[in-house]
Amino acid sequence: MTELQAGRASETLGAPSIETRSFRSRYRDILIALVAFAVLAALPFFFGSKALLDFVIRCSAFGLFATSLNLLVGYTGMISFGHGMFFGLGAYGFGLLMQRTAVPIPVAFVATLAITAVFAAIIGAICVRLKEIYFAFVTLAFQMLIHSTILTWASLTGGDQGLRGGIPRPVFFGIDLANHVHLYITSCALLVLGLLLMRQIAQSPFGYTLRVIRDNARRASFIGIDVWRAKLTIFVLAALFASTGGMVMALFVSGAYPEFAYWTISGEGIFINMLGGVTTFLGPMVGTVLLLILNDTVTRYTEYHGIVLGAVILFFAIGLRKGLMDYVLEWYTQRRDGPGERG
Amino acid sequence: MHRLSLRAGGLARWDGNAALDIDALAGCLASPACLVTQTTSGLIIGMLLFLVAVGLTLIFGVLKVVNFSHGAFYMFGAYFAMTAYQFSDSFALAMFCGAAGTAILGLIFERVFMSRVYGADVLMQLLVCYAFVLIFDDVVRMVWGPEFKSMGMPAAFQVPPLFIAGGVVPPYYLLLIGVALAAALVLGLGLARTRIGKVIRAAAHNPGMVSALGINTGLLYGGVFALGGMLAGLAGALAAPVRSLTPGMGFSVLIESFIVTVIGGMGSILGALIGALLIGLIRSFGSLGFPLFTEGLMYLFMVIVLVSRPTGLFGKEVA
Repeated sequence: MTELQAGRASETLGAPSIETRSFRSRYRDILIALVAFAVLAALPFFFGSKALLDFVIRCSAFGLFATSLNLLVGYTGMISFGHGMFFGLGAYGFGLLMQRTAVPIPVAFVATLAITAVFAAIIGAICVRLKEIYFAFVTLAFQMLIHSTILTWASLTGGDQGLRGGIPRPVFFGIDLANHVHLYITSCALLVLGLLLMRQIAQSPFGYTLRVIRDNARRASFIGIDVWRAKLTIFVLAALFASTGGMVMALFVSGAYPEFAYWTISGEGIFINMLGGVTTFLGPMVGTVLLLILNDTVTRYTEYHGIVLGAVILFFAIGLRKGLMDYVLEWYTQRRDGPGERG
Repeated sequence: MHRLSLRAGGLARWDGNAALDIDALAGCLASPACLVTQTTSGLIIGMLLFLVAVGLTLIFGVLKVVNFSHGAFYMFGAYFAMTAYQFSDSFALAMFCGAAGTAILGLIFERVFMSRVYGADVLMQLLVCYAFVLIFDDVVRMVWGPEFKSMGMPAAFQVPPLFIAGGVVPPYYLLLIGVALAAALVLGLGLARTRIGKVIRAAAHNPGMVSALGINTGLLYGGVFALGGMLAGLAGALAAPVRSLTPGMGFSVLIESFIVTVIGGMGSILGALIGALLIGLIRSFGSLGFPLFTEGLMYLFMVIVLVSRPTGLFGKEVA
């Protein structure tokens, strides 16, 4: 883009128009979220299948995780290969609080978020300064550190057996999470609320700051953006949503396992983003559903599901070179704008 | 998704033990016998790590790609060596098969897959490698089975250990350290003195110009990747008699060798050597003083180096 074009672009994106647009789109997002929640909540009344509800709960856990990772990968250009540590931290933190203390669930929920925030702030303060490949590997190293701590600190975490004995789920506000439908509705509510909040972050001025950093960090710092602080903020925020995903998972399996904190969770998160596409907000959600369906089908037919998964990744990475939603979006804009013009 | 992943060894548990055991560490430092034993064990960890890390750093220096699947070459080296040893009973042939097999694998991997994502962003490169981490682990599981395997110490080395200042040193450890040092020397001199070494260094600096001067950079890249794979394979083959073999054994080695390259500085061979030795010594002495926190010590050291010198101890420029 030449300077002339850049100047024109900023003219058309005048301040008032962005304001009204975001104002209107915010209401639209809330409306979409309410409708989505209503549809999900109505599901158990039409389909009694437990397997379907289980599937949606797992989608909630991994969807929250993957979408929060997209805040880093897609919006800020920070390829974290250790985001799964916050998923594991959420699951273990929540599970331990519920097992060891007698606090009500909402308190444990908030406390786990606070613990995650502290960890994310410390780890982020060290990592976000690093350049892309260093950032990827140092986050990965922290993930492995947390994983090996979970394995070795057996007196607290149960080591490689995980947190056993189930997570107590006392009733709060009339919600009984031991009840499958209640758990389902709560997961859906957390998912929809989480997605809505992340959407607000992505569409806020701060979200656009992140895009500026992704496209050109040096220019961003030149126009007065504190890049380090913005990156750290989004790192912590994303960790909170990943932790929420981990808590949903811990509630679902009524325990926590070292696999939740293993690096493959981060790898799968990156893959989900790739599968669904990082340029649309709901891409990771689509990717989550696709991966879970793929996983469930493949594990039914073969024990070597790494090979099949690897082949699918290669197809997307080398063949398509973009995610499914990216592909659909491109195809759609091309159709709308007519051939020859790229959206 | 929740399949129990097989982890590489080294993550032993110490239930009930204190996390901090300064007495044991101090006692060891005061006794020459313990000092020798711990130092040799630190040296072999470090030397194996060096062989893996130097391949990683070489590939990064020339191809500007972080080979996330580098641990798989270490794993294949070990399995190739074990199979060759079982068929031929020859230790030398086992080492050769481990190194040569992974070199060929590296060449094919680079030419067929990695060369397609050089222009793409880091995410794509990581994903292609991630796909192969999954695929290679399953291939090993398919061919050799999921259980722990062991190659066994070759007969030539089943001799009484040496005693140096009262410390026990198995002769095989000396061979291992010697081979790794020789590899470091050949690599260092080869890069500094030979024509091919100069071409490789030039390609790391300016591939376009090297290509314009009539050198087949595609072949060169394949060769460098094969060399890196071969070094990792050699490390795996050398480790096969003293470590247990399992699918996924490469991953923890990959993480550690990445820590080594970060500490030593990406692209620096001397840095990889120093970093690997430091990590090896930290691991062996740390397991005495901080049994619960040995891994943590390693990460802590990396963090300290990164915060004080973001390009590593021997990194010259920002990679």
